[in-house]
Amino acid sequence: MDNERLTEWIRTLVPEAQLEENKQFLTLVIPADKFHDLAVNLKESEDTLMDYLFCLSGVDMIKHLMVVYHLNSTRYGHSIELKVKTEDRENPAFDTVSDIWQAANFYEREIFDLFGIRFNNHPDLRRIFLDESWKGYPFRKDYVDEVNIVDL
Amino acid sequence: MKDKDFRDNETLESFKIPDKNFLLTTLDDIIDWGRSNSVWPLTFATSCCGIEMMAAGASRYDFARFGIEVYRASPRQADVIVVAGTIVNKMAPVLKRLYDQMSEPKYVIAMGACAISGGPFFYNTYHVVRGVDHVIPVDVYIPGCPPRPEALLYGVMQLQRKIKLQSMTDMDKHELL
Repeated sequence: MDNERLTEWIRTLVPEAQLEENKQFLTLVIPADKFHDLAVNLKESEDTLMDYLFCLSGVDMIKHLMVVYHLNSTRYGHSIELKVKTEDRENPAFDTVSDIWQAANFYEREIFDLFGIRFNNHPDLRRIFLDESWKGYPFRKDYVDEVNIVDL
Repeated sequence: MKDKDFRDNETLESFKIPDKNFLLTTLDDIIDWGRSNSVWPLTFATSCCGIEMMAAGASRYDFARFGIEVYRASPRQADVIVVAGTIVNKMAPVLKRLYDQMSEPKYVIAMGACAISGGPFFYNTYHVVRGVDHVIPVDVYIPGCPPRPEALLYGVMQLQRKIKLQSMTDMDKHELL
């Protein structure tokens, strides 16, 4: 499926999806509450078959926190980038996609570890790189550590 | 590099403690000659400096020519640990443990900017050890990011100079140097 038809396909399910400028991938911003259903459809539907989650990352844009999903179909070869955003910095949470793509399990733990974004219904949400006693989330832009960080 | 330039810095040799016993010093010279020409490094590399270290060990640079011979996978068989790469806070206890497991006499080469000072990760990081000398004592520092294999060869040869100064009556290198 080419990018226009893929956009149309997603818009029939989620009319609020916003197109974003991106040179490499078709990029859509999806409302967080509709993301999980859309992800199930993208994976299960015979038209799209997005069976491969090849990157899952967290981003701190200061104004909002964001999680970016890169999906690919190994049968059709088309790829897509999906973003979900939240402005809640105190208790950010999205629905997990680890029930859809197993790979998301460790990715989501990493994002939780470094950005403090929680994933609802995740089977094993705990820190993956830092130890359990670590305070704060070091990839946040507002993270301060006066002992260990030398500011430039 | 010419021998004249290599011996440019003579402070190292001036540290040698003159021993009155002729037999002992001659024996020392023979033993140190042997030891300095069979320095076995530990297989330990944490990032890109490790690739340069592999290049130095492979056929084009081949530092076996200088006696820094076989890579040992066990710290108990190694003489020198080349810290090639960034050491993060989580890795530091592992490095210390490896160093402790090596048998005396043991040497440390800090290779590259990360091992010397944290290098590019000095500022604005929460997880990098700023210099491996916070964890273990270092004998030779090799600057570069990463250093070329020639630089590693040079560093190893400086270490060999250092080994040649040791006496068997005083093997505690940190008191000597």
